[in-house]
Amino acid sequence: MDNPTKIRLENGLSVLLKEIHSAPIISFWTWYRVGSRYEKPGFTGISHWVEHMQFKGTEKYPSTVLDRLIAREGGVWNAFTHVDWTTYFETMPANKIDLAIDLEADRMVNSLFSPADVESERTVIITEKEGKDNEPFLRLNNAVNEAAFISHPYRNEVIGSLEDLQRIQRDDLYHHYRKYYQPANAIISIAGDFNTSEMIEKIQNKFISISSEFLPDPEVQPEHEIKEKKEILLSGPGDTIFIQIAYRSPSASDPDFFGFTILDSLLSGPASLNMFGGGGTSNKTSRLYKKLVDKRFAVSLAGGLQATLDPHLYDLSITLHQGQDPEIVIKTIDREIERLTEKRILKSEIQRAVKQARAMFAYGLENITNQAFWLGYSESFANYDWYSNYLDRLNEIKPQDVQRVAEKYLHPEKRVIGIYHPDFSESKPS
Amino acid sequence: MINNQNMWNHLPGEDSIKRVVLPNGIIVLTKSDFNSPSVVISGYLNSGSIHDQQEKLGLSLFTSYALMRGSVFHRYRRIYNDLETAGATLGFSSSIQSTSFGGKSLVEDLPLLLKTLSEAIRWPIFPPIQLKILLSQIITGLQIREQDTSERASLKFDEVLFPDHPYGRSEEGSIETLKRIRRSDLIKFHQQFYGPSGMVITIVGAIEHQKAVDLVYHALGDWENPVWVSPPKIPEVTNRKFSYREHIPISGKFQTDIIMGSYGPRRTSKEFLIASLGNNILGQFGMMGRIGEAVREKSGLAYYASTALNAWQSAGTWEITAGVNPINIEKTIEIIRNEISRFVSESVSNQELDDSKSNLIGLIPLSIESNAGVANAIIRMERYKLGLNYLREYPGIISGISKEQILQVSQKYLDPGNLVIISAGT
Repeated sequence: MDNPTKIRLENGLSVLLKEIHSAPIISFWTWYRVGSRYEKPGFTGISHWVEHMQFKGTEKYPSTVLDRLIAREGGVWNAFTHVDWTTYFETMPANKIDLAIDLEADRMVNSLFSPADVESERTVIITEKEGKDNEPFLRLNNAVNEAAFISHPYRNEVIGSLEDLQRIQRDDLYHHYRKYYQPANAIISIAGDFNTSEMIEKIQNKFISISSEFLPDPEVQPEHEIKEKKEILLSGPGDTIFIQIAYRSPSASDPDFFGFTILDSLLSGPASLNMFGGGGTSNKTSRLYKKLVDKRFAVSLAGGLQATLDPHLYDLSITLHQGQDPEIVIKTIDREIERLTEKRILKSEIQRAVKQARAMFAYGLENITNQAFWLGYSESFANYDWYSNYLDRLNEIKPQDVQRVAEKYLHPEKRVIGIYHPDFSESKPS
Repeated sequence: MINNQNMWNHLPGEDSIKRVVLPNGIIVLTKSDFNSPSVVISGYLNSGSIHDQQEKLGLSLFTSYALMRGSVFHRYRRIYNDLETAGATLGFSSSIQSTSFGGKSLVEDLPLLLKTLSEAIRWPIFPPIQLKILLSQIITGLQIREQDTSERASLKFDEVLFPDHPYGRSEEGSIETLKRIRRSDLIKFHQQFYGPSGMVITIVGAIEHQKAVDLVYHALGDWENPVWVSPPKIPEVTNRKFSYREHIPISGKFQTDIIMGSYGPRRTSKEFLIASLGNNILGQFGMMGRIGEAVREKSGLAYYASTALNAWQSAGTWEITAGVNPINIEKTIEIIRNEISRFVSESVSNQELDDSKSNLIGLIPLSIESNAGVANAIIRMERYKLGLNYLREYPGIISGISKEQILQVSQKYLDPGNLVIISAGT
């Protein structure tokens, strides 16, 4: 894989650039090391709300002008707030990229946060939350997440609690913005049809005058294990039982992460790395699918592993076959994990998982937006080598590594089990 | 970097998309791209839910899902083992007039992908145990759909606009109709309605044209179905204007979904691109156009509020959707109604016209960023007879649309006093 160019400006801004000349477009991403992980109690959701406010304009680019300029040049833009980061991207025709560079430099420091816009976005975000709460499975996922951490901010919803969304004020938002939106806390990742030295000059011209201040460490203590088994029961309308089982997962920079990736592939099928395009493959021959879906205990099964700064969660999400007992499904999963740790794993199974990962990787290379995403994303929790060496690291994994990781993390007494049942009348954590 | 004209020449066109018709009627379209060692296949057969009897609605979709559950040559587990071992994927689905398929793999595994496709569409055996598993999955999907505010509103919207017409029926069917379907129905459906005539397959990725065509010929070139029944002509739809309002109660929901609108132009109509440009102004441009500005930006009532044109062969819909708190349903409907009223009573501004033209034209290169994007574009060109140079001609067509044309087409389809309005939620 071609190595990207990586530089750091005097003000601390990291920039990663990768030339790809397959299509006349450029994807430009600006990342900030702020997300729900950095939020204090009482201010959950503030990072996501700041992200919304970044679309409400500056003096130079009022909100209506901002939208209009990007859209009329045939660009697409959006933003995402996650647990560890907030990111903004523009994918534009190559000859229009100056606009993206200028507006990102401008809104790194000059966003207005007018009180009227803050109030308008308050209701928009509450509506966004209500839309999420409409989904039984998302409600279950939130409850499981909360139970899986004692005090780490990963326990909170990225969108925030309703109480905090009603309480946060304009100055809280503006303070959060000024604290975290500065060059030393940002990464720019850019891929597409450009000349690297010309692009560096453009970025320097726009960003070098923005100063950085010292960033306090958020002092977040990682939670390396779930101390005790917990069970969450949720109820609501519908006819379908959902189960989510969450185990602690290693951070992305932990060497165990790669063994865990193979473990996930064996248990629940290969996961796609690609946020934009690419897609994955089906998981019908994964161990758990065969035991749960083919045996008609469940109608679907999916595993979820995320690359995060601190240890997060590996979750198994199961939609039950009608009339099946959640306890049988959970026991089946336990037996299958036990089998994985006790019986020899064939080397060919590992090789298969690596081949699957290679295919997912290739699909991601089709798409310039996805490549720019990975430049910045990998830098946000490790560095680009993490991504470029990903397949090599998977290739090094041996059957005993997978078994060791399974034994270490997938312990039946150190997990949260969430069950959404249509028949109960109210939720009750036990 | 390159200038605008070079940008359009860079788009797939007659010189880079190759089209071949095999002796058995299969149309093969290819576009080479060697930037990634992967390849995408996409295509369709002329068979769909238009064939379904009302009491067994969902048969076409059920059949398409069941194609890969076992063939004369391989069992279900072997089929998926081969695909998943290669990190490849292949799937089928069915809509009103077509059964579509799509897959991708590393280029070294394209023969496997085509062999699996061929076995699935030519020699499926529909094993009873697999049909049971699949049926339970589909039924669970329908139960989840029953709780989905957006889906419920959308289904009712189509039902009201297209009574007694294939466009008004859910391709998925219902739990009742699915339970009436037997294995023999799937076998019969496959025998009668699957055939090579008019089948389209597109291959995009790291492979030369002739090699791709040879592989398709090897896999599907000898397929014949002498008893194939061609699909009936889709009934015409009259553009009527009428008013309808219904709320679908679904308990335990925090948000209500609203859908409102009426008929829209068919995909092959000259009015389609004019309406598309108008639709961009009304509810797409920037942060969801005029509708987004009025409902989200000014009123803070919704996280999403936008418009869409759905266009098929004999009709289409022009719809506005929004997700709101239940206490704001009527207020939102009124705001949207006012925006539609303004839209059909006065021309859009020159600035809006220029902005949206620029937006639609500029989005083209982005829409074909991946192999799948290129394959979808080629399929659309073939399905609607747009010509292989359509992407290059598109900027000229959009540039030539006037604001008077937009007003005229908008007035033909949208009437603020005559809208179908469905809401679903608590």
